[in-house]
Amino acid sequence: MSTGQRLLQAADLNQVRQSRYAQRKRVNGVALTLSLMAMTFGLFWLFWILFETIRLGVGGLTLDTLTQITPPPNDAGGLANAIYGSFLMVLLATFVGTPIGVMAGIYLAEFDTKGALAQTTRFVNDILLSAPSIVIGLFVYAVVVTRFKSFSGYAGIMSLALIVIPVVIRTTENMLQLVPPGLREAAYALGAPKWKVIISITMKAARAGIITGILLAVARIAGETAPLLFTALSNQFWTSSLSEPMASLPVTIFKFAMSPYENWQKLAWAGVFIITMAVLALNILARVMTRNKS
Amino acid sequence: MTNPPPANARRSGPLADRIFGWLAKGAAWLTLGALLAILVSLTISAWPAISKYGLGFLASTTWDPVKEEFGGLVMIYGTLMTSLIALLIAVPVSFGIALFLTELSPAWLKRPLGTAIELLAAIPSIVYGMWGLLVFGPLLATYVQQPLQAMFSDVPYLGAFFSGPPVGIGILSAGIILAIMIIPFIAAVMRDVFEVTPTLLKESAYGLGATTWEVVSTVVLPYTKAGVIGGIMLGLGRAIGETMAVTFVIGNFNQLDSLSLFQAANSITSALANEFAEAGAGLHQAALMYLGLVLFFITFVILTLSKILLAQLRKNEGAKT
Repeated sequence: MSTGQRLLQAADLNQVRQSRYAQRKRVNGVALTLSLMAMTFGLFWLFWILFETIRLGVGGLTLDTLTQITPPPNDAGGLANAIYGSFLMVLLATFVGTPIGVMAGIYLAEFDTKGALAQTTRFVNDILLSAPSIVIGLFVYAVVVTRFKSFSGYAGIMSLALIVIPVVIRTTENMLQLVPPGLREAAYALGAPKWKVIISITMKAARAGIITGILLAVARIAGETAPLLFTALSNQFWTSSLSEPMASLPVTIFKFAMSPYENWQKLAWAGVFIITMAVLALNILARVMTRNKS
Repeated sequence: MTNPPPANARRSGPLADRIFGWLAKGAAWLTLGALLAILVSLTISAWPAISKYGLGFLASTTWDPVKEEFGGLVMIYGTLMTSLIALLIAVPVSFGIALFLTELSPAWLKRPLGTAIELLAAIPSIVYGMWGLLVFGPLLATYVQQPLQAMFSDVPYLGAFFSGPPVGIGILSAGIILAIMIIPFIAAVMRDVFEVTPTLLKESAYGLGATTWEVVSTVVLPYTKAGVIGGIMLGLGRAIGETMAVTFVIGNFNQLDSLSLFQAANSITSALANEFAEAGAGLHQAALMYLGLVLFFITFVILTLSKILLAQLRKNEGAKT
């Protein structure tokens, strides 16, 4: 092979290499552009939904919305009873669900980390965590509403609490596991009994994370509609009695949004605005709390 | 000699410990009991329908509360089809978002962008539903459905997929809205697993001259495939169980004559949300409970499958390295 041929071949090879490199760079460019587009796509929906919620929600928001009870079609009124019902049920469901969730989380993280009961509980908890919330509504209907022959605030609280529990279990367990073992051992070495170690050492160290979990659970149930549809049902009037059907913001929004009446739809948008802002505020609060701690 | 520790403190320690342990254990049992109670009570409530129709319920399209004839195929089809469309859209988009957040985004933007995507998951489903019905649906009908109909009206078979009144409700709107709702779940899982890929592996690939895309597709993705599949399964579970957003936009119409993506249809969750409170005690309610049981069973199977798959993949990965 002459030198000339060899040079030619090298030039060819170089060209092939260069074109392959250009090809790889092109593929890379396309992939990264698509990735950027995906990010924009995701953000686009967030901003669009928020924009419409604010645009259509603020218009319907007046003082009456917060002080008057839900009106009949084509009449003036507000959402006071629905807001109160939502507030009451979410609050009580959190009070019922949190201790159970925290205790079960403690059990998984501190008492029995690898045993059969713990493994099963973890698996069951994952299932409950992703169980469709409407199925929980069906369950509460079957065991509470049919038993007492009435839709009630209690039934609503129970189904919301059933949603709180798995969320709290998961975060409590994860947060307790992050506590360094040395901290526990130091407390044990000082002679502290186990319950004291858990309550005043590990729980204290993991407090911010656990509270974040609870806040996220609250945010989740505040917007839940499906489990309330046939447990708390809804109520046109003001009621503080938990044994009666109770209005809630999401169910009222559902009823009003699907209706053909203009004033109801307007109130539904106002409700959507209130609920979105409340839930987003809770989420941001939860995030700020963990950021300060970590 | 030091004083012995006070006797009562010694005794109260273990007792308090035991009580505390019982409480914790009790809470764990309570969780197990809740799942069992859900399964048992749903089965009992659905029993009239289960014993009457058996598994044929799943293959029958009749849903006639007046004549008391019930079959769940229409709803099951709606649930599966909307979830499938949601996955088709959400998986590539979530992958892109995770790729952007882990490899492309400047460090100072990572956190705000990640939070923004996570907030998408925090918006209550009823907000998605109302927005979908009143804002998104009409736009979809005008700018997507009508052009598609005009384009494919003469094409045999294909045209049938786009028929229907242009009101923006049906399988496709439900699928798109579900996709938006599950993107944050899938993207968050993907981002988290992408981030656990050892930096050493990635840097080795970069050092050999690989492009960002090559690093992601040949190093990060194979390393994290278990987590990625887990995230997709999680999103699928969400989509199948989602109620309100679907109820608003799917149209609640029990038909399977037209496979059009724009025809009103029904899903398990929306049938439950719409009919259950009004259904009289009896076969109608039992049939709805049966549907609820089927829904629970589907999500149960998906979750179990994903867990088994993840364990399997993890084992294989360990063997290879």
